[in-house]
Amino acid sequence: MVEIADLSLVNWSRAQFALTAMYHWLFVPLTLGITFIIAFMETLYVKTGNEEWKRITKFWMTLFGINFAIGVATGIILEFEFGTNWSNYSWFVGDIFGAPLAIEGIFAFFMESTFIAIMFFGWNKVSKKTHLLATWLTAIGANMSALWILVANGWMQKPVGMVFNPETARNEMESFWDILFSQVAVDKWLHATSSGFVLASIFVIGVSAWFILKKREIVLAKKSILIAAVFGLISSVYLVLTGDNSTRTIANDQPMKFAAIEGLYNGSEGAGLVAVGLFSSTETDPDNENLKDFSMKIEIPNFLSYMAFLDWNAFVPGVHDLIDGNEKYGYMSASEKIERGKVAIGKLSEFKEAKKAKNEKLANSLKAELTSDDFKENYFKYFGYGYFEDVNDLIPNVPLTFYSFHLMVGLGFMFVLLFALSLYFLIKGQITEKRWFLRLAVIAIPLAYLASQAGWIVAEVGRQPWVVQDLMPTMAGVTRISAGSVQVTFWLFAALFTVLLIAELKIMFRQIKIGPKH
Amino acid sequence: MFENLSYLALQQYWWVIISVLGALFVFLTFVQGGQTLIYRIGKNENEKSILLNTLGRKWEFTFTTLVTFGGAFFASFPLFYATSFGGAYWVWLLILAAFIIQAVAYEFRKKPANFLGAKTYEIFLVINGLLGTILIGTAVGTFFNGAQFSLNDMNQVIWQTPYRGLEAVFTFHNVALGLSVFFLARVLGLLYFIFTVDHDLIVARSQKQLFLSGSTFLIFFLYFLVWLLLKEGFAVNPETGEVFMEKYKYMHNLLQMPVIAGILLVGIAGVLWGIISTMFKHSTKGFWFAGSGTVLTVFALFIMAGFNNTAFYPSAYDLQSSLTIQNASSSKFTLTAMSYVSLMIPFVLAYIIYFWRAMNREKITEQEIKEESHVY
Repeated sequence: MVEIADLSLVNWSRAQFALTAMYHWLFVPLTLGITFIIAFMETLYVKTGNEEWKRITKFWMTLFGINFAIGVATGIILEFEFGTNWSNYSWFVGDIFGAPLAIEGIFAFFMESTFIAIMFFGWNKVSKKTHLLATWLTAIGANMSALWILVANGWMQKPVGMVFNPETARNEMESFWDILFSQVAVDKWLHATSSGFVLASIFVIGVSAWFILKKREIVLAKKSILIAAVFGLISSVYLVLTGDNSTRTIANDQPMKFAAIEGLYNGSEGAGLVAVGLFSSTETDPDNENLKDFSMKIEIPNFLSYMAFLDWNAFVPGVHDLIDGNEKYGYMSASEKIERGKVAIGKLSEFKEAKKAKNEKLANSLKAELTSDDFKENYFKYFGYGYFEDVNDLIPNVPLTFYSFHLMVGLGFMFVLLFALSLYFLIKGQITEKRWFLRLAVIAIPLAYLASQAGWIVAEVGRQPWVVQDLMPTMAGVTRISAGSVQVTFWLFAALFTVLLIAELKIMFRQIKIGPKH
Repeated sequence: MFENLSYLALQQYWWVIISVLGALFVFLTFVQGGQTLIYRIGKNENEKSILLNTLGRKWEFTFTTLVTFGGAFFASFPLFYATSFGGAYWVWLLILAAFIIQAVAYEFRKKPANFLGAKTYEIFLVINGLLGTILIGTAVGTFFNGAQFSLNDMNQVIWQTPYRGLEAVFTFHNVALGLSVFFLARVLGLLYFIFTVDHDLIVARSQKQLFLSGSTFLIFFLYFLVWLLLKEGFAVNPETGEVFMEKYKYMHNLLQMPVIAGILLVGIAGVLWGIISTMFKHSTKGFWFAGSGTVLTVFALFIMAGFNNTAFYPSAYDLQSSLTIQNASSSKFTLTAMSYVSLMIPFVLAYIIYFWRAMNREKITEQEIKEESHVY
């Protein structure tokens, strides 16, 4: 009954999803943040009546429009790709996962698309205040859509509020509020949106810095830097705090992901945090190529334990503790989990067979067993493990996750400094003279995108091999289709998105060069 | 309040919502229809610009409705979402590709340094208009003619042809629906130009073009409808859930649901009156008649596909794998929770209508496009 799709299909399907998600995320963070920056600017225009603010608002709005169009283009495919490429997943969890997607459409997308039209074309058609309202609602709409999709993603990282129904062979929703207010979902939303605010602030500061370097549009640039630096500074501090919160959630709910993020192979009490590390090409464990040795690392003693559990001496499990088990600290071995998962899958098969044979008595007793609390706690909890044979398949790509995480965090702290310095130089009236700083601000734009992408690699590569943590491995969620078909669509979308990205960048650069209308 | 409804009533309620969204989507494809006419109606750059700016202010509604339609289908009938999207892979991915290129086309077309040139973006819009309507219509045709799939014990879809859904074009009845949607979209696009653009030549050419698009639409639609009423349909035994073929099933559905028959007739009359009043009385309000007529007609067709013990996504390969609103739906809990969410839909519609009116209060003129700061 449980077939495993061939690896090439799984990998191509993952590649296609990663491709579309990463392209989409090139455009979303700017939208999340710049809409608020534009709203602040327009508010100043409406409050002061100063036409200069209107000109500034319109300039950033033009850049936003270019970014928004391609964000929409890359977004539609994601909404449907759950069905086209992950249809088994879509059935297994669709009772829960579909709801946030529908709500996103009904509430957020319509809000965005209605008010964005007014934002762009309504200057002479509605009153000043209505226009301002539309701008604010566009920003709120964009960030609300992020909420719902992240609720869905959060649920995949930590499934809550549902119960398995053997009759339909799927998970069904039991509590809407548990799903919406899941700690993981809330953390994700706050962290992802504030990362968008930071990226957009850096974008605005970087572009403004370029104008100053070119000795153009000094007034626009200074005013824009002021708004973006204040917004960015607040957001970046908040970003660090929400990131710190997420770390603890991951340590509790996804210990394997946490171990990968930190490159922790052997757990210990008072574990140290590897602040900087480089992997060598040799493996610590010949059975698993993911477990590379460190060739160099700088460690801060006890810090990891504190970060994960707010206790300097707490035990943090490493990859080996989670695979081999650690009785002393109560970690079950992976092979035991696999055994239990197989029992759960076997019972479900027996139930299906009994149903097919119309043996109602047997079916009823099996159903009672499958839905008993004891079975749920001791067997069904490990359902997804039953798909595995080799415990090493339960380990994500450690080097990729580790590097992405450290890159993201390192850059994140640098951005706080960038905003603080922008503000400092601006207040001191020195910003136009600090050319080294202005150049840095321009370079910071691609770095912000890099950090943002790295964040998603941590989230998504780090949770492998799961599509739904502990319940469904990625390989079981995939649509049964020939790997060749997915390969074709992968290259089709890769080519299409790349061409559109080139077009977008060229248009964006040109519009920046043209500058605001006079 | 929704807790007191039966499971079946909730399933029906959600099928009605899906039908409304599908109907609104087809109405909003006036944007797609209009896109396929930019060369025929716009004879120079200025005129083309007027047309594209007229459509460009509305394209996101169509797009958003399609996305919401997908999301709502996923939430309420996840087995359809999994079966159709995963199964008819090529059809849906082609449709998606056609919408990807639309999303950038308006914004990028006129911008300097746009890499591909204005002409390419215009061709993107024409492709979107063609594929977006014809393929979606053809795919919906399988609601009445069946698709080639089976489901296993775990409700996983196994598609039976290597064409992954593209085989639907081999059934002419499906294609007839696809072409009906396409020509209807063109009719609506023309009526929208007449309704909203203040430009004599554009209006005159649109009126002329209306006869051709309108009559072609009628031919394909009448063929589709007559054949639908005469053909066998996929019926469900409400006691056992067994699916079987019933002669004149869709005709029976209309006779057994007279209200739906009424809605269908009023809808078709609305579309016809929209066309006729514009052609012969030179009315500019034809868009609203044809638009409302479209909503009613499509709504009635969706209800015919899913209500009255009918399998809405039948499998011609394995009848018992067919999807009905009962076996494909979400759990009672999810449908109840989502029903509360649905109470917001009238509010959403209200603000969309309010702001649509605010933006359309004055007709679009050449002068306006010249003075506009954000042009497509």
